[in-house]
Amino acid sequence: MSTMIKGIAASSGIAIAKAYRLVEPDLSFKKTTVDNPEIEVSRLQDAVKVSLEELEAIKNHAEKNLGADKAAIFDAHILVLNDPEMMGQIEDKIKNEKINAEAALKEVSDMFVQIFDSMDNEYMRERAADIRDVTKRVLAHLLNVTIPSPSLINEEVIVVAEDLTPSDTAQLNRDYVKGFTTDIGGRTSHSAIMARSLEIPAVVGTKVATTEISNGDLLILDGLSGEVHINPTEALLEEYRKKQADYAKQLEEWAKLVNEPSITKDGVQVELVANIGTPADVEGALQNGAEGVGLFRTEFLYMGRDELPSEEDQFEAYKAVLEGMKGKPVVVRTLDIGGDKELSYLKLPEEMNPFLGFRAIRLCLDRTDIFRTQLRALLRASVYGNLKVMFPMIATLDEFRKAKALFLEEKEKLEKEGIPVSDSIELGIMVEIPSTAVLADQFAKEVDFFSIGTNDLIQYTMAADRMNERVSYLYQPYNPSILRLVKMVIDASHKEGKWTGMCGEMAGDETAIPLLLGMGLDEFSMSATSILKARSLIRKLSKADMEKLAEEALQKSTVDEVIELVKEKVAE
Amino acid sequence: MVERTFTVIADTGIHARPATLLVQAASKFDSEISLEYKEKKVNLKSIMGVMSLGIGKGAEIKITAEGSDEESAIQAIEELMKNEGLA
Repeated sequence: MSTMIKGIAASSGIAIAKAYRLVEPDLSFKKTTVDNPEIEVSRLQDAVKVSLEELEAIKNHAEKNLGADKAAIFDAHILVLNDPEMMGQIEDKIKNEKINAEAALKEVSDMFVQIFDSMDNEYMRERAADIRDVTKRVLAHLLNVTIPSPSLINEEVIVVAEDLTPSDTAQLNRDYVKGFTTDIGGRTSHSAIMARSLEIPAVVGTKVATTEISNGDLLILDGLSGEVHINPTEALLEEYRKKQADYAKQLEEWAKLVNEPSITKDGVQVELVANIGTPADVEGALQNGAEGVGLFRTEFLYMGRDELPSEEDQFEAYKAVLEGMKGKPVVVRTLDIGGDKELSYLKLPEEMNPFLGFRAIRLCLDRTDIFRTQLRALLRASVYGNLKVMFPMIATLDEFRKAKALFLEEKEKLEKEGIPVSDSIELGIMVEIPSTAVLADQFAKEVDFFSIGTNDLIQYTMAADRMNERVSYLYQPYNPSILRLVKMVIDASHKEGKWTGMCGEMAGDETAIPLLLGMGLDEFSMSATSILKARSLIRKLSKADMEKLAEEALQKSTVDEVIELVKEKVAE
Repeated sequence: MVERTFTVIADTGIHARPATLLVQAASKFDSEISLEYKEKKVNLKSIMGVMSLGIGKGAEIKITAEGSDEESAIQAIEELMKNEGLA
């Protein structure tokens, strides 16, 4: 009997493989008294031994894939497992109280967790999490269940999880993981962005994936429609194998456009560039025909570590991207932390409305030490390629002026130190706050370019949290109000001889592209995997026709009318 | 038995990486090695023990080694403290 569940198509493609549940198993047990504690001690020792071997394997895998830095966390786990104090206490407890290994392990571990948890120190509280993790692993072995880990996967699978954390996705082995599906998340959640960057199909936000799917179920994952078929019939499998082949053929067609210009039927050329998060993404960007990088999210350099990245670490990363892109433009966004992206080591106070709070440029203009380090690293890297820098979350011209002043100060310092710096670095801003969009004509006199961040611009304009599923219906990229703001920004930049790009999800969207083209957008920045599809679309459109279409769309009153209009005029 | 007293000068005290390094260094020796701080004494081969002391900057700590390789153990630890800028 075949079942189908539906979610949000987050990354295109079709995958057919067995399910691998990345879901915590049931670790409940009963405390019992035992006659022969020696047996329990040896059960404990065996479980510890297997756990250690497993951790070594995970650590080695992490070292290869994530670097020694990230693998260090597993060193901490190994150390806890080798701890004479903790292990000694557990063994004593088994012998003295004649209880089963599970109970003794849990009680001793809980005691240590409590000690660390109550310490007034972030680092110590994180160690409490280490102890919990390690305890779970040993407990699982005592109970003969496995704790799934992305790095233990060694056959072709589709990963099924409630949600995927950045560290989960970083450990996914692309040779084996053919796709994934999650209970929660939307098109712009971390897991969705990662799937597109890994170029594997994904269906997120199914709500029920982990309850409906068992380990080993055969799955069809359709990242184009958002459907997941569980244990499909042979007929359905056949149909999807054909769809998969068709899609592969389609990709081949698109691949022919890798080195072709992004030019409309009537000869207007635009730029199609990639959003990237790490230097490792450069290869994929180029393979997908990116004409540059329109958004390098530098947050990833700051995340998943214990302290701020040094100037040197950052310099190396920026240099690698600039060199990798071989002179093509690279727009780097300065640190955009806060909101939903936290850095535990910065110890920022919790806020009622993080999205409206102390984040991005607001934080950087306060913590100028952090900001200056990043600017220095960028400036030093600037001689290795075509660097452009943009500041996120700019709400006022004053903010831009302050950020620019710091940039120029660091530039002057470097020049005095005799360090070469490029003289042609363009400075731009992200337009994601309505106040900035409305005042774009004034901004355009001072900035070199705009990049419209639609994910935030939409949520701030509609006053709807994009993480809140109950108001997700208000996430309307084609709402005429959003289109008008976008148009204002583009027009303002052109009037001053500047250019406008867009680096939100909207820039790679099939319905939005004709409208954006018509409104005169110069640069479209999107997930690398969307570029060739977008290029194929743009090459079939005429700029003059799209201008008329956009004009009409701007006069519509609802989002449905706009979608209807685009469908009608851009029907193929 | 040999013992040394140190004053911790690292800003972050002895947790995070330093604690890991100390425990890893101590574990290489056969001698019994202990760490004493504020009248609490723990096994220096135990990461939980070391970290549960919450040693901060300026703390006076005493390290004692007893066993066949006590001299080389205490030397290795002293060196590590210096190299890592802990004391």
